[in-house]
Amino acid sequence: MNEIALTLGAPIAGAIVLGIFGGHAQAARLNALVSLVTFCGAVLLASRVVSEGALLAYHEAFFVDSFNVFLVALTAFVGLTTALFSRPYMLNEQAHGRITRRRLQLYHCMYQLFVFTMLLVLLTNNMGILWVALEGATLATVLLVSLYRTPASIEAAWKYFILCSVGIAQALFGTILLYLAAEKVMGGGGNALLWTHLNQVKGQLEPTVLSLAFVFLIVGYGTKAGLAPLHNWLPDAHAEGPTPISAVLSGLLLNIALYAIVRCKVLVDGALGTPFAGNLMMGFGIMSVVIGAFFLSRQRDVKRMFAYSSIEHMGLATFAFGMGGPIANFAALLHMTVHSLTKSAIFFTVGHATQKTGTQVMDQIRGLIVTNPTIGWGLMLGTLAILGMPPFGVFASEFLIVTTAMREQPWAAPILLVSLAVAFASMFMRVQSMVFGDTTARRLPHAPALVPVFVHLALVLMLGLWIPPYLADWYRLAAKLIG
Amino acid sequence: MSTSAQLINLMASLMLLIAFAMLAQRRIKSLIYLFAWQGLVLAANSLIVGWYTGHHELYLSAFFTLLLKVMALPLVLHYLIRRLDIQWDVETLINIPATLLAGIVLVVFAFNLALPISQLAGTITRGTLGIAIAVVLLAFLMMITRRKAVPQVIGFLAMENGLFFAATSATYGMPMVVELGILLDVIVGVLILGIFFFQVREAFDSLDLKHMEKLKESDP
Repeated sequence: MNEIALTLGAPIAGAIVLGIFGGHAQAARLNALVSLVTFCGAVLLASRVVSEGALLAYHEAFFVDSFNVFLVALTAFVGLTTALFSRPYMLNEQAHGRITRRRLQLYHCMYQLFVFTMLLVLLTNNMGILWVALEGATLATVLLVSLYRTPASIEAAWKYFILCSVGIAQALFGTILLYLAAEKVMGGGGNALLWTHLNQVKGQLEPTVLSLAFVFLIVGYGTKAGLAPLHNWLPDAHAEGPTPISAVLSGLLLNIALYAIVRCKVLVDGALGTPFAGNLMMGFGIMSVVIGAFFLSRQRDVKRMFAYSSIEHMGLATFAFGMGGPIANFAALLHMTVHSLTKSAIFFTVGHATQKTGTQVMDQIRGLIVTNPTIGWGLMLGTLAILGMPPFGVFASEFLIVTTAMREQPWAAPILLVSLAVAFASMFMRVQSMVFGDTTARRLPHAPALVPVFVHLALVLMLGLWIPPYLADWYRLAAKLIG
Repeated sequence: MSTSAQLINLMASLMLLIAFAMLAQRRIKSLIYLFAWQGLVLAANSLIVGWYTGHHELYLSAFFTLLLKVMALPLVLHYLIRRLDIQWDVETLINIPATLLAGIVLVVFAFNLALPISQLAGTITRGTLGIAIAVVLLAFLMMITRRKAVPQVIGFLAMENGLFFAATSATYGMPMVVELGILLDVIVGVLILGIFFFQVREAFDSLDLKHMEKLKESDP
């Protein structure tokens, strides 16, 4: 119980303190320290759940099982590494005069609030609070996307706010319908929206209401997860916001939204007994893979390109969850983990590369490897990893997903393979010309923090070669739970 | 039909009427008044339903609606448009009759959508579920047809009103903790948007969203 209090309390306390002192010269260090405390809380919580099994805390308000605890640990970890990365990044931005001290204060405060809302989404047992927290995550990041106050960034933030809010309003209607069905079985009151209670009675929930509810829920949360055709906000928000925010939006927020969809799917599957929810997810998933891969090849802005790659990968994970079964779920969970680690590592390197060259246009970024071999190699290795080259972890998860698709949904396998090939060809070519060749880069006033990049990539490499047995058990357990 | 049921139906029809009025209203100032009226009807509806069914937590919900949606939010919005100097702005809406006709089609669609759900809901208010969905869809239509930032946000808030109304119709309201959370989100959202309006104006010299068409998928 105390672990939950620590995990959730640290970011909220950090948000308050940083809201007051966030413009201080040491604020970035404090930001990282708060994230470290959050991460410690998450690790303690994880070790407890691993040893004692699922736990309910504070009058069933919070629920931790093997499915969400690994996402809690991942969220806290990427939150920490991003905070470490953002210190020199933001100092450089300040030195270039792109942000002021006051905006830095806003940035630090909102960063912690954002982490808090994401952890709340994961830990809460109440489907209504889950909605509230996910909307809170949108609100916390709107002002972060518009941090630079350029017309393009404000436009991106406006689009982000309106599309995600409208989307998530659909999810609220879905939640109301879920409550309607639950109330019939359990009676009214606060308990009827608790996921653990819903899970117990899911067989008795009214199927027609639940299938309608799921349509609204997947449209609502799917908007946040960047599923095509609801993805329009995503490339803009990723490209125009500061890079640390692109890293957490892509690496964490999308995962969280997908988590919400999967939680709902478990209930709907139990009520319907048909693959309705899975089919819907497979449809959205495959559409996202195709749209992500093909639009990716048309991009000229480096952050937009990787944003489309995120759409593609979220689509892949959604598709795998849609297929269901122990192997596909295992692969999807692994894919969520490795995508989140790899993509945030890529955004870290891209952030420094764009600072060095002063542009996000790929044609004008050249020869990163000459001025700073670590950034160059980091970007190259990260790209190879995200494209699914062995021996990285993304290869393992994509291999599992595609082979399962060949067996269970043969129609989808060629579509997946073609999309992956298109993404590979176009992205590899672009990144290669950015990394090698004559350089246009300049020196930065503050040395970039590149340790997080290589920590992430090393973890992804490890997950590709060898998944530690307890982690594998953990994934297996979670995969079984999802069904 | 009992008096209470008739009152509830009256409130529902008022909701629908206001939603249509918002769709056709071109003045920003009047739009905010309409939004406040909609909040008032919503609060009255919660009060009547709470009194009739004995779900007394609805009183609290009505109280918060009154406080937030009838007083606080309209005041904030009035303050904002005064500060932004757009209180007399009139939008040039193209083709109001066509929009209203589209609205009628949406209402028919909403009633069809609500039919299977309202048969399952055991509430006295289930007949009004169709209207609730219609209010949500009309607010959505309003957001699509508007080209200015403030009316778009009012459309979003009206949509939230519709969802609240739907929750009351289908299930006598959501659990209290969830309702409070949703209200919190609305407050924070409006505060953030308040800051945001100034940023938009600073960047584009206007709150007209037609300036925001730079980020397109076609080449930069």
